Amino acid sequence: MEILVCVKRVPDTAENEFELNSAGNDLDRDDLVYSVNEWDNYAVEEAIQIVDKIGGNVTVVTVGDDESEEVLRREMAMGANNGILLTDDAFEGSDGKGIATILKAEVEKGKYDLIMTGAQADEGAGQVGGMLAAMLDLPYASLVNKIEPGEGKIKVGREIEGGNQEMNEIELPCVVSIQTGINEPRYVGIRGIRKVASVEIPEKGASDLGVDASAVGEAGAKTKRVDYFVPDLGDGAEMLEGSTDEIITALIEKLKAKGGL
Amino acid sequence: MTQIYAYIPFANGTAEDVALEYPSAAKKIDAGATLTAVVAGTGADLDKVANAMTAVYKEVIKIDNAAMAYPNAEIVRKALVSVLPADAIVLAPHNTFGMDLAPGLSIKMNSAYAADIVDIEGIEGSSLKLIRQELGGAVSTHVTTDISAGAVITIRPGAFAPVEGGSAGGSVTDKSADAGDLSAKRKFLEVVEAEVGDVDITKSDVLVSIGRGIEEEENIAIAQELADAMKAVVSCSRPIVDAKWLEKSRQVGTSGQTVKPKVYMAMGISGSFQHLGGIKGNPFIVAVNKNPKAPIFQVADVGIVENILEFMPALTEAINEL
Amino acid sequence: MTPSIIGPASYKLFGFFPTWILAFVLPVIGIGLFTYIMARRIAPLIRANPDNRFDQIGLRVKNLIIVWLGQVRQPRYMLAGVLHILIFAGFLILSIRSTSLVIIGFSDGFVLPGFGGVLGDVYNFIKDYAATFVLIACIIAAVRRGIFKPKRYAVPEKYGKDHTAEAVFVLGVISTLMISESLFEASELAYEAANGAAEHFLAPLSLVWIFKKLLSAAPLNVLQGLHIFTYFVHDLAFFFFLNFLPMGKHFHVITSIFNVFFMRVKKGNIKPVKYGISDEQLDDLETFGVKKLEDFTWKHMLDFYSCADCGRCSDQCPANAVGRPLSPRFITIKARDLIFKNYPMSGKIFKSKLLVEDIYTEDEIWSCTTCGACEEECPLGIEYIDKIVDLRRGMVDEGLVPQTLQKPLKALEKRGNPYGKMEKKRAEWAESKEFQEICQVKDLSEDGEADTLYFVDSITSYDDNMQDIARRTAVILDKAGVDFGILGKLEKDSGNEVLRFGEEMLYQDLKSQNTEAILETGVKQIVTADPHAFNALKNDYKGLPPVKHISQVVAEKIESGALSLKSCQTADKVYVYHDPCYLGRHNGVYEAPRKAMDAINGLTRVELEKSRDRSFCCGGGGLMLFYEPEEETRMGVLRVNMAAEAGANVIVTACPFCLVNIQDAIKVAGKEGEMEALDFTALIEQHLE
Repeated sequence: MEILVCVKRVPDTAENEFELNSAGNDLDRDDLVYSVNEWDNYAVEEAIQIVDKIGGNVTVVTVGDDESEEVLRREMAMGANNGILLTDDAFEGSDGKGIATILKAEVEKGKYDLIMTGAQADEGAGQVGGMLAAMLDLPYASLVNKIEPGEGKIKVGREIEGGNQEMNEIELPCVVSIQTGINEPRYVGIRGIRKVASVEIPEKGASDLGVDASAVGEAGAKTKRVDYFVPDLGDGAEMLEGSTDEIITALIEKLKAKGGL
Repeated sequence: MTQIYAYIPFANGTAEDVALEYPSAAKKIDAGATLTAVVAGTGADLDKVANAMTAVYKEVIKIDNAAMAYPNAEIVRKALVSVLPADAIVLAPHNTFGMDLAPGLSIKMNSAYAADIVDIEGIEGSSLKLIRQELGGAVSTHVTTDISAGAVITIRPGAFAPVEGGSAGGSVTDKSADAGDLSAKRKFLEVVEAEVGDVDITKSDVLVSIGRGIEEEENIAIAQELADAMKAVVSCSRPIVDAKWLEKSRQVGTSGQTVKPKVYMAMGISGSFQHLGGIKGNPFIVAVNKNPKAPIFQVADVGIVENILEFMPALTEAINEL
Repeated sequence: MTPSIIGPASYKLFGFFPTWILAFVLPVIGIGLFTYIMARRIAPLIRANPDNRFDQIGLRVKNLIIVWLGQVRQPRYMLAGVLHILIFAGFLILSIRSTSLVIIGFSDGFVLPGFGGVLGDVYNFIKDYAATFVLIACIIAAVRRGIFKPKRYAVPEKYGKDHTAEAVFVLGVISTLMISESLFEASELAYEAANGAAEHFLAPLSLVWIFKKLLSAAPLNVLQGLHIFTYFVHDLAFFFFLNFLPMGKHFHVITSIFNVFFMRVKKGNIKPVKYGISDEQLDDLETFGVKKLEDFTWKHMLDFYSCADCGRCSDQCPANAVGRPLSPRFITIKARDLIFKNYPMSGKIFKSKLLVEDIYTEDEIWSCTTCGACEEECPLGIEYIDKIVDLRRGMVDEGLVPQTLQKPLKALEKRGNPYGKMEKKRAEWAESKEFQEICQVKDLSEDGEADTLYFVDSITSYDDNMQDIARRTAVILDKAGVDFGILGKLEKDSGNEVLRFGEEMLYQDLKSQNTEAILETGVKQIVTADPHAFNALKNDYKGLPPVKHISQVVAEKIESGALSLKSCQTADKVYVYHDPCYLGRHNGVYEAPRKAMDAINGLTRVELEKSRDRSFCCGGGGLMLFYEPEEETRMGVLRVNMAAEAGANVIVTACPFCLVNIQDAIKVAGKEGEMEALDFTALIEQHLE
């Protein structure tokens, strides 16, 4: 099976303490560390496992700048066969639809049976997989936590509320977005990355892909992030005092406001 | 005039809570907008939900088709594209169904898409200003979305205040005939129920987490009652697992599970470094502990110095009375 | 009537068949077969990875004398140890006799050169007792193993079948050798006595002496027959035994001398990925660590052959004690069984599979805390830590790392600490206003110079509860007049655990960053309060200034008078010192912390039964805080209970990891309020004048 996995380089929530810059409108990015989006990593592992089982190739693709090459290499160190970097100044500032448009162009250049994305990213909206599928007129399933490959179709489990699993049968080719926990991604260390350090990763821009530059990037984006801000976060806990009844009344109000009730 | 359509998810003849939250969201988009509920499905359950919605929405569109006996996102999308006007603003929940439906819907309707909205500031010209959270809730962002050609917006369930329903006196319009071809390349097979007792604490939005303050194994029932009242799941810190009072899968911490709930009730947990390392996503932390110097109070949003064995039953009772 | 008995070299069976032919053929076949067997057994060692064991010959000879010949580790288990020393000494003594016996079979009255005169008489006297004691030891050992069955020897079902039968069988063979040798001699002496020859002096109550007495009334032809019969029983048993040894756990009779000679002579360090490959060449290696059988080094293979299955390693192993899926004994035995299976005595050699799928489990290999208790105990110098690390290197290279460990490893790669905290916050512990009023800590990454570097390491830098150790260490150094500074944001995790978890390249990365930063400061010595950092900087890094643990500095400064301590502030408490593995066993620092504690006047200190080189691991070196295999109880809980039994109510330790684990364990053991855990630096700081 020929599998394309779309991955993204993101600031790592586990390894960062996010702070705003002095202007207060963006993250303080000086000290941020980035890595591959956790969900995408599960998708790549799943793709590798499928190929290990039934044969084929795994290609990882990302839309980003030069630094995004790092995540492609990490995924190739895991076992992906090829990497493709889609990069162009015109791609900067793309919204989800823009990214899906760029990916669609690349998908159409190849012949893939299965296209995977992560179900979401910590900074994203969980949108690219669904959009890409709709653009390609391919069937789609989100939040996939189980894949059983079959002839011309696959059986997928989707994670739905209450820890239940919704089983579906989907015709190939299709797009699926992968939920964490579907597998146990293998570890990639510095050594693994160095092993693939010299592998050629082709870069493609808007003209290579035949993408209309005005349909992507800042220009084509309908949804744009204006700024960052930190909702009021006090220092230490607000101590509730008074009689138990008073405390409970106050607490219930707060829980309601925060979605705890 | 802005036309807003709210997709009503339902199961077993009952609409999900988000159905009551859309009107608040719609009002924040444009107080003067017309708001229409869209209910898609089949049979008696569909009729029941559609009728119930007339109490909340003035207009209710019903799409009845046997293909939607189970809400298959691909089919629902086709139905919505056929029935709704191209420049509609469509609201959907940001849950497992909404994530399946909404991105593709925005493409097929050729409209803007904004996901997982927690608050709305309103329209300026053709631009709608919204608030989202990023990076596991560590930061919030304002986003603008161009709604001139319509938009699909998913809202975070629970983020908007539910309206008191009951008096809209709306009517149901049956648009089943407009649904068109509802064939799909994705076929729903079945729902596999989660195994009983196999609780995944990483997937729960609210955790009632207990530590050594629970004192005895029998007292776990007290925490479970509170969790039931809050529709939450009981998790715990390391000592509880060590004592074999709860299974390892319930443990929060660097050596246990990493959880990303919205609300974390730390009951009798002192808040060790290792424990806190398992809590991500900046949840709203309520800490109850006898010891006013417990480190958990440094990181909690709300702190209460009480004995959890007395406090939890009182809280449970108060919540059940709501 | 012949005046003296006919020996096997001249005897004719049934009157015509000269038995010397048998006596000649038996050794030829026996030695030929033995040579063949040994060649098959050596085959895997030749295919194995290289090892560097021909250095430090002086130390190796010393080990040979003390550990092998002196059997110094045996009496750590008293009864079994004494029995073994008896049998071992008997074997050494009787090997001379056995050699000459073989030759006597075809050369009448053969005497080894030099054993003709008084030396021969003395030797005979000693060997008669030796044979006697060996027989007695064998009988006691057989009773012990066969009837009392000490728990240590039991084989849990998952690890294969019991080895008692083999053990008792071999004891039987040894007994046969002893009895036949003595009967062979006794029959001759009885024969001569009956013929009126002069009485030999015989060691009273020795086997020969007893047998001779018993045979004094036997007819001569019976004695003649017995003489020949027991000769061949001995000869057969001897060559059977020789060829049986390489078939199982008694191979150690042959290999132990080599194994002890080649045993580890340096402590605390970890073997390189591959001997002969420098750190800079690591990138060129096709594969890392031990994945298949032949990836072990030849010495590690020799270890597998040498294990006598005595079970001491597993008896001391904390992972085994808490029911983790690891028993070091079976790391060895399973590998030996695999060698025997893959390298059969005849036919083709089988291709080996991935060890963690074939004979080991991933959890088994992750269960080790690298505390070193097993290696300290093994009388044969068998190693475990390097093997475990090599197996982990193989697993890491294959991507087989538990999910809970991937995050801290990634954080170490990106941030230089397992918590994923910002580099710039590494020195935050020293930056509070209150603390700066007491003690100003120089940050050598920014400006300033100092004689001494205080290497803090990650847990002490970032863990809120452990930061006190850093502050106290700074105060103590200050008070002792040490001119010191820290590396601040330039300090990375020492990598002690990273290396031991098999993530070699990440360790290399941390090591080179730290080394560069440390050398840049120009300090003359390094002090740390974290034994893990102490070990890595001292034993794994190269080219650094000397490294000391804070307890050594305190002990020295007390001795020199630079530090003086008040009388005990809590004289009603009973203190006990818990030896951290990486301070004690791996680095031999046992006395300094005790001396410092004893310098506090009026402090009551007791000792744990398991202390010093038998200290019991707290359970959580380094990344173990992020990964715990299945276990029945926690190591720390066992340790806390041991301290309670010793009558202590304050457990003093000199390691942040021990402190975390013991603090938690006190809570889990339900001993909050009764017992407390105290860091060494806290005790000292409380008592600073």
